[in-house]
Amino acid sequence: MGEINYGLTEEQLEIRAMLDEFGKERIVPVRAELDEKGIFPSALLKELAQMDMMGLYIDEAYGGMGVGHLGFCIAVETLSKYCIGVSVSYAANALGADPIIIGGSEEQKKKYLSPLASGEKWAAFGLTEPNAGSDAGGIATTAVKKGDKYILNGTKQWITNGGEADTYTILAVTNKAKGARGVSCFIVEKGMPGFSFGKKEDKLGIRASATRELIFQDCEVPAENLIAKEGMGFLLAMKTFDISRPGIAAQGVGLAQGALDMAVDYARVRHQFGKPIIANQGLQWMLADMAMKVETARAITYVACNTIDGGEKDVSKISAMCKCYAGDVAMSVTTDALQVLGGYGFMKEYPAEKMMRDAKILQIYEGTNQIQRDVIGAALIKEYASRAR
Amino acid sequence: MNIVVCIKQVPDSDKVTIDRETNRLNRAGVPSIINPFDENALEMALQLKDKHGGKITVISMGPPQAEEALRTALSHGADEAILISDRKFGGADTWATSYTITLALKKLADPVDLILFGKQAIDGDTAQVGPGVAHFFGVPMITYAKSCEVTENGFRVQQVTDHGYNVWDVEKPAALTVVKEANQLRMPSLKKKMAAKKAEIPVWGAEQLQPDETKIGLSGSPTKVNKVFAPPVKLNKEILSGEPADMVKELIYKLREKKVL
Repeated sequence: MGEINYGLTEEQLEIRAMLDEFGKERIVPVRAELDEKGIFPSALLKELAQMDMMGLYIDEAYGGMGVGHLGFCIAVETLSKYCIGVSVSYAANALGADPIIIGGSEEQKKKYLSPLASGEKWAAFGLTEPNAGSDAGGIATTAVKKGDKYILNGTKQWITNGGEADTYTILAVTNKAKGARGVSCFIVEKGMPGFSFGKKEDKLGIRASATRELIFQDCEVPAENLIAKEGMGFLLAMKTFDISRPGIAAQGVGLAQGALDMAVDYARVRHQFGKPIIANQGLQWMLADMAMKVETARAITYVACNTIDGGEKDVSKISAMCKCYAGDVAMSVTTDALQVLGGYGFMKEYPAEKMMRDAKILQIYEGTNQIQRDVIGAALIKEYASRAR
Repeated sequence: MNIVVCIKQVPDSDKVTIDRETNRLNRAGVPSIINPFDENALEMALQLKDKHGGKITVISMGPPQAEEALRTALSHGADEAILISDRKFGGADTWATSYTITLALKKLADPVDLILFGKQAIDGDTAQVGPGVAHFFGVPMITYAKSCEVTENGFRVQQVTDHGYNVWDVEKPAALTVVKEANQLRMPSLKKKMAAKKAEIPVWGAEQLQPDETKIGLSGSPTKVNKVFAPPVKLNKEILSGEPADMVKELIYKLREKKVL
């Protein structure tokens, strides 16, 4: 069977092959238990570090592999075939590091990116609050400058890798009067005075991942940990999402591919009425639709990565498109895959129900899919206005 | 510390079938892998290197394609690889193989501290080459090792037995064969894998090793394979059914009938 040609490099193909083996050997045997008990996959992340996979997205100058967004997203996609609770714990490191990569000083990059690249430390990104989700402008956490420190107060909510990560990029208001332009981004380290963690959330899906509150009570952060300048936080967050959203899309592609693989394998061996159920045209058409969705989601995700890797500055539209599309595809394909497995799919012995539970988050986090459509709509307005004469 | 790990490339036994007509293995299209027990030997070497530093050299004897197994070992963290390959070595039994590998060990630039093997290969299942090399090389051999610690003069080794394990102290240089329970081979690393693709792997043949030509290959092998066959499948089995107590009674009756009890 001919492989669909995305023009991947030898290195990208190697990343895929290595993580496919990792997925089969290391993730599949433990994923049900990690899911059921909500165990953070520390051991798996440590092994990924030893495989040089933690620093894929980081430049070689800071100890990473510098394989670009496509290389990184292929890694996320491949891990996601086996468990997106694991893959989000992996990918959230990049999300936490992205503000430093985009706006950090040379000193900040050297100090904070190198240990992330080696996997010695883990990262997380903190924006969401009880009253600031889709409306990131509603951030209430404050940062007040006092001598050579900023004093942070407030609570972040639903932070992926919260409590597990060592390095946090946190958005806080430095000038309330300026609204979104008064938000700044800080690097906060676990163990800084006044920084603590709330309860670990009990979730529908991606249960292996850690989701916690971050609590800042007169938390002292050195002034040099401000990323870029005061007031740049909101812009940094938006630019971070522009490059991180293809990672979520890659999760959707991988998850949907894993569900499709499972459904086809099952349909080939499940016999009813004296023949394998895949011999039914109705079922073949269902699988064909699933396969088309997976492949188109992969194509748009890789295109988004190539656009970013190619140096294009304004990537909001394509990033939102791939995130939204692949997230919706994952929800639909995992739902249909469970349907193919019928009663077995509904049982916990099979991974179908987990895949379906896991898929839902892809339509919610890093901007709900409604917000993605807003981003695409806004980009269309801008694009067509600039064309108008 | 210099560690040599001897590995063998074998057909992936999960994917091998036997031709029922000829009773030979269907080798065509079957992927090759590193002998699984040799992976345990490699991991033992990697763990010793993690703790104490040093160099790991992997050696394999086989056809030119055995180079793939060596590249895999490099991607898992071995430092150097050597392929022993020559048409003249073809058809060697365990005795001639042990002799030939020993010549390569003697040719290594740095003195060897530890030689590791898997406990046996999954294709031949002889478990003879490790001890054979130890014999020709003149070093002590501990089979079925599940752990190895560095001591002042050598190693402290746990050897698995049917009832538990023995603890041996052995002076270096020494040779061990390693069991599955010892460890699990780590995943390869991307950097090492990319480097392994380009690594130069020297091939040592008769010219480099200068063997006694009467001791190598098929003609130098004192043992010959007479016949390879699949054991006949006996189908006269009987499955008992009913209540456990009745089944046990019936089983005892039948075993007595056959004079087993």
